[in-house]
Amino acid sequence: MRQIALAKRQGFWDLRAAGNFIGGGTGTGLLMISAAAGLAGLEVTIPLLVGMGFVMAGLSLVWLEIGKPWRALNVFFHPQTSWMTREGILAAPLAFCTLGFVATGYPALLVAVMVLAGGFLYCQARILKASRGIPAWKQPEIVPFIIAIGLAEGTGAFLALGGEPSAAWITTALVAGLARAMTWRAYGQGLLDSKAPAGTLECLGSSTALALRAVGLAGLSLILLSLFVLPQPLAALGGILAATSGWGVKALIVTRAAFTRGPSIRHTPIRGRGVSRTVEA
Amino acid sequence: MTRYIMVADLRRCVGCQTCTASCKEANGTPPGVQWRRVLDIEAGEYPEVSRVFLPTGCQHCDEPPCMEVCPSTATGKRADGLVTIDYDICIGCGYCAISCPYEARYKVDKAEFAYGPSSVASEQLRFDPSKIGVVTKCTFCIDRIDAGTKAGKVPGIHPEATPACVNSCLSGALRFGDIHAPDSAVSKLVAENQWFRMHEDEGTGPGFYYLWDKGAL
Repeated sequence: MRQIALAKRQGFWDLRAAGNFIGGGTGTGLLMISAAAGLAGLEVTIPLLVGMGFVMAGLSLVWLEIGKPWRALNVFFHPQTSWMTREGILAAPLAFCTLGFVATGYPALLVAVMVLAGGFLYCQARILKASRGIPAWKQPEIVPFIIAIGLAEGTGAFLALGGEPSAAWITTALVAGLARAMTWRAYGQGLLDSKAPAGTLECLGSSTALALRAVGLAGLSLILLSLFVLPQPLAALGGILAATSGWGVKALIVTRAAFTRGPSIRHTPIRGRGVSRTVEA
Repeated sequence: MTRYIMVADLRRCVGCQTCTASCKEANGTPPGVQWRRVLDIEAGEYPEVSRVFLPTGCQHCDEPPCMEVCPSTATGKRADGLVTIDYDICIGCGYCAISCPYEARYKVDKAEFAYGPSSVASEQLRFDPSKIGVVTKCTFCIDRIDAGTKAGKVPGIHPEATPACVNSCLSGALRFGDIHAPDSAVSKLVAENQWFRMHEDEGTGPGFYYLWDKGAL
Protein backbone atom coordinates (compact mmCIF):
# COMPACT_ATOMS: atom_id res chain seq x y z
CA MET A 1 0.00 0.00 0.00
CA ARG A 2 1.15 3.50 -0.77
CA GLN A 3 0.85 6.54 1.41
CA ILE A 4 -0.29 9.90 0.02
CA ALA A 5 2.70 12.13 -0.64
CA LEU A 6 3.25 14.82 1.94
CA ALA A 7 6.42 16.31 0.49
CA LYS A 8 6.37 20.08 0.20
CA ARG A 9 8.64 22.74 -1.18
CA GLN A 10 11.03 24.19 1.40
CA GLY A 11 10.49 27.83 2.25
CA PHE A 12 13.60 28.66 4.23
CA TRP A 13 16.03 29.46 1.41
CA ASP A 14 14.88 31.71 -1.42
CA LEU A 15 16.56 33.53 -4.30
CA ARG A 16 18.95 35.23 -1.89
CA ALA A 17 20.37 31.86 -0.91
CA ALA A 18 20.40 30.81 -4.55
CA GLY A 19 22.33 34.02 -5.20
CA ASN A 20 25.09 32.79 -2.92
CA PHE A 21 25.48 29.63 -4.94
CA ILE A 22 25.33 31.63 -8.18
CA GLY A 23 27.84 34.25 -7.05
CA GLY A 24 30.06 31.72 -5.35
CA GLY A 25 30.08 29.32 -8.28
CA THR A 26 30.65 31.92 -10.99
CA GLY A 27 33.09 33.83 -8.83
CA THR A 28 35.26 30.91 -7.81
CA GLY A 29 35.17 29.41 -11.31
CA LEU A 30 36.27 32.74 -12.71
CA LEU A 31 38.95 33.12 -10.06
CA MET A 32 40.37 29.68 -10.79
CA ILE A 33 40.64 30.12 -14.54
CA SER A 34 41.87 33.70 -14.12
CA ALA A 35 44.57 32.55 -11.73
CA ALA A 36 45.62 29.88 -14.22
CA ALA A 37 45.67 32.46 -16.99
CA GLY A 38 47.66 34.80 -14.79
CA LEU A 39 50.23 32.10 -14.15
CA ALA A 40 50.39 31.65 -17.94
CA GLY A 41 51.32 35.31 -18.25
CA LEU A 42 48.01 36.96 -19.18
CA GLU A 43 46.79 40.20 -17.66
CA VAL A 44 43.99 39.09 -15.32
CA THR A 45 43.36 41.99 -12.99
CA ILE A 46 39.81 42.62 -14.21
CA PRO A 47 38.65 38.97 -14.25
CA LEU A 48 40.10 38.49 -10.77
CA LEU A 49 38.30 41.52 -9.41
CA VAL A 50 35.06 40.55 -11.11
CA GLY A 51 35.37 37.00 -9.75
CA MET A 52 35.93 38.25 -6.23
CA GLY A 53 33.01 40.62 -6.71
CA PHE A 54 30.76 37.70 -7.57
CA VAL A 55 31.83 35.80 -4.45
CA MET A 56 31.29 38.81 -2.21
CA ALA A 57 27.94 39.59 -3.81
CA GLY A 58 26.82 36.03 -3.11
CA LEU A 59 27.87 36.23 0.52
CA SER A 60 26.13 39.58 0.86
CA LEU A 61 22.91 38.04 -0.37
CA VAL A 62 23.14 35.38 2.33
CA TRP A 63 23.73 38.10 4.88
CA LEU A 64 20.46 39.68 3.77
CA GLU A 65 18.64 36.37 4.25
CA ILE A 66 19.68 35.39 7.75
CA GLY A 67 17.36 36.32 10.59
CA LYS A 68 20.03 37.89 12.77
CA PRO A 69 22.45 39.66 10.39
CA TRP A 70 24.36 41.41 13.18
CA ARG A 71 25.35 38.02 14.57
CA ALA A 72 26.84 36.98 11.24
CA LEU A 73 30.26 36.40 12.78
CA ASN A 74 28.78 33.44 14.69
CA VAL A 75 28.94 31.61 11.37
CA PHE A 76 32.60 30.89 12.12
CA PHE A 77 31.90 28.91 15.30
CA HIS A 78 31.56 25.38 13.93
CA PRO A 79 34.33 24.36 11.51
CA GLN A 80 34.36 20.83 12.99
CA THR A 81 31.34 19.70 10.99
CA SER A 82 29.58 22.62 9.29
CA TRP A 83 30.34 23.22 5.62
CA MET A 84 28.78 26.65 5.94
CA THR A 85 31.40 27.60 8.51
CA ARG A 86 34.15 26.20 6.32
CA GLU A 87 32.89 28.19 3.35
CA GLY A 88 32.90 31.35 5.44
CA ILE A 89 36.39 30.70 6.73
CA LEU A 90 37.78 30.39 3.19
CA ALA A 91 36.22 33.66 2.02
CA ALA A 92 38.56 36.02 3.88
CA PRO A 93 41.89 34.49 2.73
CA LEU A 94 40.47 34.18 -0.78
CA ALA A 95 39.75 37.90 -0.84
CA PHE A 96 43.12 38.65 0.75
CA CYS A 97 45.08 36.62 -1.81
CA THR A 98 43.09 37.96 -4.76
CA LEU A 99 43.49 41.58 -3.75
CA GLY A 100 47.07 40.87 -2.71
CA PHE A 101 47.93 39.69 -6.21
CA VAL A 102 46.19 42.68 -7.80
CA ALA A 103 48.21 44.98 -5.55
CA THR A 104 51.59 43.24 -5.68
CA GLY A 105 51.57 40.96 -8.71
CA TYR A 106 53.22 38.23 -6.63
CA PRO A 107 52.56 35.00 -8.64
CA ALA A 108 52.47 32.61 -5.67
CA LEU A 109 49.29 34.34 -4.58
CA LEU A 110 47.61 33.07 -7.74
CA VAL A 111 48.30 29.50 -6.68
CA ALA A 112 46.68 30.29 -3.34
CA VAL A 113 43.71 31.85 -5.15
CA MET A 114 43.22 28.67 -7.18
CA VAL A 115 43.34 26.43 -4.12
CA LEU A 116 41.11 28.63 -1.97
CA ALA A 117 38.58 29.20 -4.75
CA GLY A 118 38.44 25.45 -5.37
CA GLY A 119 37.90 24.87 -1.67
CA PHE A 120 35.14 27.47 -1.53
CA LEU A 121 33.33 25.89 -4.47
CA TYR A 122 33.67 22.43 -2.91
CA CYS A 123 32.22 23.76 0.35
CA GLN A 124 29.21 25.13 -1.51
CA ALA A 125 28.56 21.76 -3.06
CA ARG A 126 28.87 20.07 0.33
CA ILE A 127 26.52 22.60 1.93
CA LEU A 128 23.78 21.33 -0.34
CA LYS A 129 24.68 17.68 0.10
CA ALA A 130 24.55 18.02 3.90
CA SER A 131 20.95 19.25 3.71
CA ARG A 132 19.36 15.96 4.69
CA GLY A 133 15.83 17.28 4.61
CA ILE A 134 15.88 17.97 0.88
CA PRO A 135 16.30 14.89 -1.33
CA ALA A 136 17.22 17.00 -4.37
CA TRP A 137 20.17 18.45 -2.46
CA LYS A 138 21.40 15.47 -0.50
CA GLN A 139 21.71 13.41 -3.67
CA PRO A 140 25.43 12.48 -3.84
CA GLU A 141 25.69 13.50 -7.49
CA ILE A 142 24.94 17.10 -6.47
CA VAL A 143 28.59 17.58 -5.46
CA PRO A 144 30.22 17.05 -8.89
CA PHE A 145 27.25 18.79 -10.50
CA ILE A 146 27.58 21.99 -8.47
CA ILE A 147 31.34 22.01 -9.00
CA ALA A 148 30.93 21.50 -12.75
CA ILE A 149 28.30 24.25 -12.97
CA GLY A 150 30.64 26.62 -11.15
CA LEU A 151 33.51 25.80 -13.49
CA ALA A 152 31.28 26.17 -16.56
CA GLU A 153 29.97 29.51 -15.29
CA GLY A 154 33.43 30.76 -14.40
CA THR A 155 35.10 29.75 -17.66
CA GLY A 156 32.12 31.17 -19.53
CA ALA A 157 32.43 34.46 -17.67
CA PHE A 158 36.16 34.46 -18.41
CA LEU A 159 35.50 34.19 -22.14
CA ALA A 160 32.87 36.91 -21.87
CA LEU A 161 35.34 39.21 -20.10
CA GLY A 162 38.47 38.25 -21.99
CA GLY A 163 40.17 39.88 -24.93
CA GLU A 164 41.35 37.73 -27.81
CA PRO A 165 40.49 34.21 -26.63
CA SER A 166 43.11 31.55 -27.21
CA ALA A 167 42.40 27.91 -28.03
CA ALA A 168 43.58 26.86 -24.58
CA TRP A 169 40.93 28.88 -22.68
CA ILE A 170 38.21 28.04 -25.16
CA THR A 171 39.03 24.36 -24.75
CA THR A 172 38.95 24.73 -20.97
CA ALA A 173 35.48 26.24 -21.18
CA LEU A 174 34.41 23.44 -23.50
CA VAL A 175 35.61 20.78 -21.09
CA ALA A 176 33.84 22.52 -18.19
CA GLY A 177 30.64 22.74 -20.20
CA LEU A 178 30.81 19.09 -21.16
CA ALA A 179 31.47 18.15 -17.55
CA ARG A 180 28.38 20.08 -16.55
CA ALA A 181 26.27 18.28 -19.16
CA MET A 182 27.55 14.89 -18.00
CA THR A 183 27.14 15.57 -14.30
CA TRP A 184 23.66 16.98 -14.95
CA ARG A 185 22.68 13.72 -16.58
CA ALA A 186 24.16 11.70 -13.70
CA TYR A 187 22.38 13.92 -11.17
CA GLY A 188 19.02 13.48 -12.89
CA GLN A 189 19.48 9.72 -13.10
CA GLY A 190 20.47 9.60 -9.44
CA LEU A 191 17.29 11.40 -8.46
CA LEU A 192 15.23 8.92 -10.46
CA ASP A 193 17.03 5.95 -8.93
CA SER A 194 16.55 7.21 -5.39
CA LYS A 195 12.87 7.97 -5.98
CA ALA A 196 13.08 11.69 -5.33
CA PRO A 197 9.81 13.50 -4.58
CA ALA A 198 7.49 13.90 -7.56
CA GLY A 199 7.67 17.68 -7.27
CA THR A 200 11.44 17.58 -7.65
CA LEU A 201 11.29 15.36 -10.71
CA GLU A 202 8.55 17.48 -12.26
CA CYS A 203 10.52 20.66 -11.69
CA LEU A 204 13.73 19.27 -13.17
CA GLY A 205 11.80 17.89 -16.13
CA SER A 206 9.84 21.10 -16.67
CA SER A 207 9.99 23.29 -19.75
CA THR A 208 12.03 25.80 -17.75
CA ALA A 209 14.67 23.19 -16.96
CA LEU A 210 14.70 22.00 -20.56
CA ALA A 211 15.09 25.58 -21.79
CA LEU A 212 18.01 26.11 -19.43
CA ARG A 213 19.61 22.94 -20.71
CA ALA A 214 19.09 24.13 -24.27
CA VAL A 215 20.68 27.50 -23.47
CA GLY A 216 23.66 25.74 -21.93
CA LEU A 217 24.08 23.50 -24.96
CA ALA A 218 23.72 26.49 -27.28
CA GLY A 219 26.49 28.22 -25.37
CA LEU A 220 28.63 25.12 -25.59
CA SER A 221 28.05 24.95 -29.35
CA LEU A 222 29.06 28.58 -29.80
CA ILE A 223 32.21 28.04 -27.76
CA LEU A 224 33.06 25.02 -29.90
CA LEU A 225 32.40 27.00 -33.06
CA SER A 226 34.64 29.82 -31.86
CA LEU A 227 37.60 27.46 -32.18
CA PHE A 228 37.17 27.69 -35.94
CA VAL A 229 35.48 31.00 -36.80
CA LEU A 230 35.00 34.41 -35.21
CA PRO A 231 36.64 33.50 -31.90
CA GLN A 232 36.03 36.82 -30.15
CA PRO A 233 32.28 37.31 -30.49
CA LEU A 234 31.31 33.66 -30.51
CA ALA A 235 33.36 32.72 -27.46
CA ALA A 236 32.06 35.72 -25.54
CA LEU A 237 28.47 35.00 -26.47
CA GLY A 238 28.87 31.30 -25.71
CA GLY A 239 30.42 32.21 -22.37
CA ILE A 240 27.51 34.44 -21.46
CA LEU A 241 25.04 31.67 -22.30
CA ALA A 242 27.06 29.12 -20.31
CA ALA A 243 27.09 31.38 -17.26
CA THR A 244 23.46 32.46 -17.38
CA SER A 245 22.15 28.94 -17.90
CA GLY A 246 24.11 27.88 -14.83
CA TRP A 247 22.52 30.66 -12.81
CA GLY A 248 19.09 29.51 -13.89
CA VAL A 249 19.81 25.90 -13.00
CA LYS A 250 20.95 26.85 -9.51
CA ALA A 251 17.96 29.10 -8.94
CA LEU A 252 15.75 26.20 -10.01
CA ILE A 253 17.46 23.66 -7.76
CA VAL A 254 17.54 25.89 -4.69
CA THR A 255 14.13 27.49 -4.89
CA ARG A 256 11.85 25.28 -7.00
CA ALA A 257 13.08 21.68 -6.95
CA ALA A 258 13.74 21.66 -3.22
CA PHE A 259 10.99 19.42 -1.87
CA THR A 260 11.13 17.71 1.49
CA ARG A 261 10.72 13.96 1.92
CA GLY A 262 7.53 14.48 3.82
CA PRO A 263 6.49 12.49 6.89
CA SER A 264 5.93 8.80 6.30
CA ILE A 265 4.76 5.70 8.09
CA ARG A 266 5.97 2.13 7.71
CA HIS A 267 2.93 0.31 9.06
CA THR A 268 -0.66 1.21 9.65
CA PRO A 269 -1.73 0.59 13.25
CA ILE A 270 -3.96 -2.30 14.20
CA ARG A 271 -7.26 -1.12 15.59
CA GLY A 272 -10.05 -3.43 16.73
CA ARG A 273 -10.16 -6.50 14.53
CA GLY A 274 -8.28 -4.83 11.70
CA VAL A 275 -4.95 -5.82 10.29
CA SER A 276 -1.83 -3.79 9.80
CA ARG A 277 -0.71 -2.98 6.30
CA THR A 278 2.86 -2.40 5.30
CA VAL A 279 3.36 0.96 3.67
CA GLU A 280 5.77 1.17 0.78
CA ALA A 281 8.68 3.54 1.09
CA MET B 1 22.58 7.11 31.28
CA THR B 2 19.26 8.85 30.77
CA ARG B 3 17.83 9.00 27.24
CA TYR B 4 14.47 10.72 27.03
CA ILE B 5 12.18 9.57 24.26
CA MET B 6 8.59 10.03 23.14
CA VAL B 7 6.31 7.12 22.32
CA ALA B 8 3.26 7.62 20.12
CA ASP B 9 0.83 4.73 20.10
CA LEU B 10 -0.79 5.03 16.68
CA ARG B 11 -3.52 2.60 17.74
CA ARG B 12 -4.66 5.04 20.36
CA CYS B 13 -4.24 8.43 18.69
CA VAL B 14 -7.61 9.82 17.60
CA GLY B 15 -6.27 12.96 15.94
CA CYS B 16 -7.97 15.33 18.37
CA GLN B 17 -5.05 17.79 18.25
CA THR B 18 -5.26 18.42 21.98
CA CYS B 19 -1.49 17.91 22.19
CA THR B 20 -1.03 20.57 19.50
CA ALA B 21 -3.24 23.03 21.35
CA SER B 22 -1.56 22.22 24.63
CA CYS B 23 1.89 22.78 23.14
CA LYS B 24 0.86 26.12 21.70
CA GLU B 25 -0.56 27.19 25.03
CA ALA B 26 2.48 26.02 26.99
CA ASN B 27 5.10 27.41 24.65
CA GLY B 28 3.34 30.43 23.21
CA THR B 29 4.24 29.61 19.63
CA PRO B 30 3.00 32.11 17.03
CA PRO B 31 0.47 31.36 14.28
CA GLY B 32 1.74 28.81 11.78
CA VAL B 33 4.27 27.36 14.21
CA GLN B 34 3.35 23.96 15.59
CA TRP B 35 6.08 22.28 17.53
CA ARG B 36 3.73 19.33 18.13
CA ARG B 37 1.72 18.47 15.04
CA VAL B 38 -0.69 15.61 14.38
CA LEU B 39 -0.76 14.68 10.72
CA ASP B 40 -3.76 13.08 9.10
CA ILE B 41 -2.31 10.52 6.72
CA GLU B 42 -4.06 8.35 4.16
CA ALA B 43 -2.58 5.22 2.70
CA GLY B 44 -3.83 2.78 0.10
CA GLU B 45 -6.53 2.94 -2.54
CA TYR B 46 -10.26 2.40 -2.27
CA PRO B 47 -11.53 0.12 -0.81
CA GLU B 48 -8.29 -0.76 1.01
CA VAL B 49 -7.69 2.62 2.61
CA SER B 50 -6.22 3.39 6.00
CA ARG B 51 -6.31 6.65 7.87
CA VAL B 52 -3.56 7.23 10.40
CA PHE B 53 -3.04 10.07 12.83
CA LEU B 54 0.64 10.73 13.24
CA PRO B 55 1.90 12.95 16.05
CA THR B 56 5.22 14.42 15.02
CA GLY B 57 7.74 17.16 15.74
CA CYS B 58 11.41 17.30 16.66
CA GLN B 59 12.60 13.72 17.04
CA HIS B 60 15.52 14.64 19.34
CA CYS B 61 17.79 12.39 17.29
CA ASP B 62 20.82 10.49 18.48
CA GLU B 63 22.77 11.97 15.56
CA PRO B 64 20.96 15.22 14.81
CA PRO B 65 21.71 16.43 11.28
CA CYS B 66 20.64 19.90 12.39
CA MET B 67 23.47 20.02 14.89
CA GLU B 68 26.02 18.84 12.35
CA VAL B 69 25.27 21.61 9.85
CA CYS B 70 24.65 24.48 12.29
CA PRO B 71 27.43 27.01 11.62
CA SER B 72 27.04 28.83 14.91
CA THR B 73 26.87 25.90 17.38
CA ALA B 74 23.45 27.21 18.46
CA THR B 75 22.03 23.72 18.09
CA GLY B 76 23.34 21.37 20.74
CA LYS B 77 22.53 18.06 22.34
CA ARG B 78 22.42 17.27 26.02
CA ALA B 79 23.58 14.08 27.66
CA ASP B 80 19.95 13.10 28.23
CA GLY B 81 19.28 13.18 24.48
CA LEU B 82 17.44 16.49 24.26
CA VAL B 83 18.39 18.58 21.24
CA THR B 84 18.51 22.27 22.12
CA ILE B 85 18.77 25.66 20.41
CA ASP B 86 20.58 28.60 21.98
CA TYR B 87 18.53 31.57 20.78
CA ASP B 88 21.31 33.97 21.75
CA ILE B 89 23.76 32.36 19.33
CA CYS B 90 21.51 31.32 16.43
CA ILE B 91 21.93 33.54 13.36
CA GLY B 92 18.67 32.39 11.75
CA CYS B 93 20.25 31.03 8.58
CA GLY B 94 17.72 28.18 8.42
CA TYR B 95 20.36 25.63 7.44
CA CYS B 96 19.27 23.37 10.31
CA ALA B 97 15.66 23.56 9.17
CA ILE B 98 16.39 22.28 5.68
CA SER B 99 18.69 19.63 7.10
CA CYS B 100 15.97 18.17 9.29
CA PRO B 101 14.27 15.20 7.57
CA TYR B 102 11.30 15.65 9.90
CA GLU B 103 10.42 19.26 9.02
CA ALA B 104 10.42 20.02 12.71
CA ARG B 105 11.93 23.48 12.67
CA TYR B 106 10.38 26.91 12.21
CA LYS B 107 11.56 30.44 11.74
CA VAL B 108 9.51 33.61 12.08
CA ASP B 109 11.01 36.95 11.10
CA LYS B 110 8.53 39.23 12.82
CA ALA B 111 6.16 39.06 15.78
CA GLU B 112 2.76 37.72 14.80
CA PHE B 113 -0.28 37.05 16.92
CA ALA B 114 -3.39 34.96 16.46
CA TYR B 115 -5.77 37.90 16.14
CA GLY B 116 -3.67 40.32 14.14
CA PRO B 117 -1.37 43.06 15.43
CA SER B 118 -2.80 43.18 18.95
CA SER B 119 -1.89 40.25 21.15
CA VAL B 120 -4.22 38.79 23.72
CA ALA B 121 -3.19 38.47 27.36
CA SER B 122 -1.93 34.89 27.12
CA GLU B 123 0.19 35.78 24.09
CA GLN B 124 1.64 38.82 25.84
CA LEU B 125 2.57 36.63 28.76
CA ARG B 126 4.36 34.07 26.59
CA PHE B 127 5.82 36.38 23.93
CA ASP B 128 9.58 36.01 23.75
CA PRO B 129 11.39 38.46 21.46
CA SER B 130 14.49 36.26 21.51
CA LYS B 131 12.59 33.77 19.32
CA ILE B 132 12.15 36.24 16.46
CA GLY B 133 14.58 35.82 13.56
CA VAL B 134 15.95 32.55 14.87
CA VAL B 135 14.98 28.94 14.38
CA THR B 136 12.75 27.26 16.95
CA LYS B 137 11.43 23.75 17.53
CA CYS B 138 9.96 21.37 20.10
CA THR B 139 12.08 21.21 23.23
CA PHE B 140 10.23 18.28 24.82
CA CYS B 141 9.29 21.02 27.33
CA ILE B 142 12.84 21.08 28.59
CA ASP B 143 12.08 23.71 31.23
CA ARG B 144 9.41 21.50 32.79
CA ILE B 145 11.73 18.51 32.74
CA ASP B 146 14.55 20.42 34.39
CA ALA B 147 12.38 22.12 36.97
CA GLY B 148 10.52 18.89 37.68
CA THR B 149 13.58 16.71 38.10
CA LYS B 150 15.14 19.37 40.30
CA ALA B 151 12.09 19.09 42.52
CA GLY B 152 12.49 15.32 42.70
CA LYS B 153 9.82 14.49 40.11
CA VAL B 154 10.20 11.86 37.41
CA PRO B 155 9.58 12.78 33.74
CA GLY B 156 6.88 10.57 32.31
CA ILE B 157 5.36 9.88 35.71
CA HIS B 158 4.82 13.24 37.34
CA PRO B 159 3.01 15.83 35.20
CA GLU B 160 5.23 18.60 36.59
CA ALA B 161 8.23 17.01 34.87
CA THR B 162 6.49 15.82 31.71
CA PRO B 163 5.98 17.59 28.35
CA ALA B 164 2.68 19.43 28.02
CA CYS B 165 1.58 17.42 24.99
CA VAL B 166 1.91 14.15 26.90
CA ASN B 167 0.05 15.53 29.90
CA SER B 168 -2.81 16.63 27.69
CA CYS B 169 -3.17 13.51 25.56
CA LEU B 170 -6.68 12.26 26.26
CA SER B 171 -6.23 8.77 24.83
CA GLY B 172 -2.88 7.98 26.39
CA ALA B 173 -1.28 7.73 22.98
CA LEU B 174 1.65 9.94 23.85
CA ARG B 175 4.05 8.76 26.52
CA PHE B 176 7.39 10.18 27.61
CA GLY B 177 10.29 8.96 29.69
CA ASP B 178 13.73 7.46 29.95
CA ILE B 179 14.17 4.49 27.63
CA HIS B 180 17.22 3.38 29.59
CA ALA B 181 15.24 3.02 32.80
CA PRO B 182 14.00 -0.59 32.75
CA ASP B 183 10.87 0.20 34.75
CA SER B 184 9.82 3.26 32.79
CA ALA B 185 6.58 3.12 30.84
CA VAL B 186 8.32 3.97 27.58
CA SER B 187 10.95 1.25 27.88
CA LYS B 188 8.22 -1.31 28.57
CA LEU B 189 6.08 -0.07 25.68
CA VAL B 190 9.03 -0.27 23.31
CA ALA B 191 9.94 -3.74 24.57
CA GLU B 192 6.42 -5.14 24.40
CA ASN B 193 5.16 -3.68 21.14
CA GLN B 194 6.05 -3.47 17.51
CA TRP B 195 7.20 -0.04 16.48
CA PHE B 196 8.95 1.97 13.80
CA ARG B 197 10.81 5.23 13.74
CA MET B 198 10.37 7.70 10.91
CA HIS B 199 12.99 7.88 8.16
CA GLU B 200 15.13 5.36 9.97
CA ASP B 201 17.24 5.03 6.80
CA GLU B 202 18.67 8.50 7.46
CA GLY B 203 20.68 7.08 10.34
CA THR B 204 19.62 9.87 12.67
CA GLY B 205 18.41 7.63 15.48
CA PRO B 206 15.16 9.49 16.17
CA GLY B 207 13.89 9.52 19.74
CA PHE B 208 10.26 9.16 18.68
CA TYR B 209 8.83 5.63 18.59
CA TYR B 210 5.59 4.82 16.79
CA LEU B 211 3.76 1.78 18.14
CA TRP B 212 1.56 -0.05 15.65
CA ASP B 213 0.90 -3.51 17.10
CA LYS B 214 1.37 -5.56 20.22
CA GLY B 215 4.15 -8.11 20.47
CA ALA B 216 7.86 -7.38 20.52
CA LEU B 217 9.74 -6.98 17.28
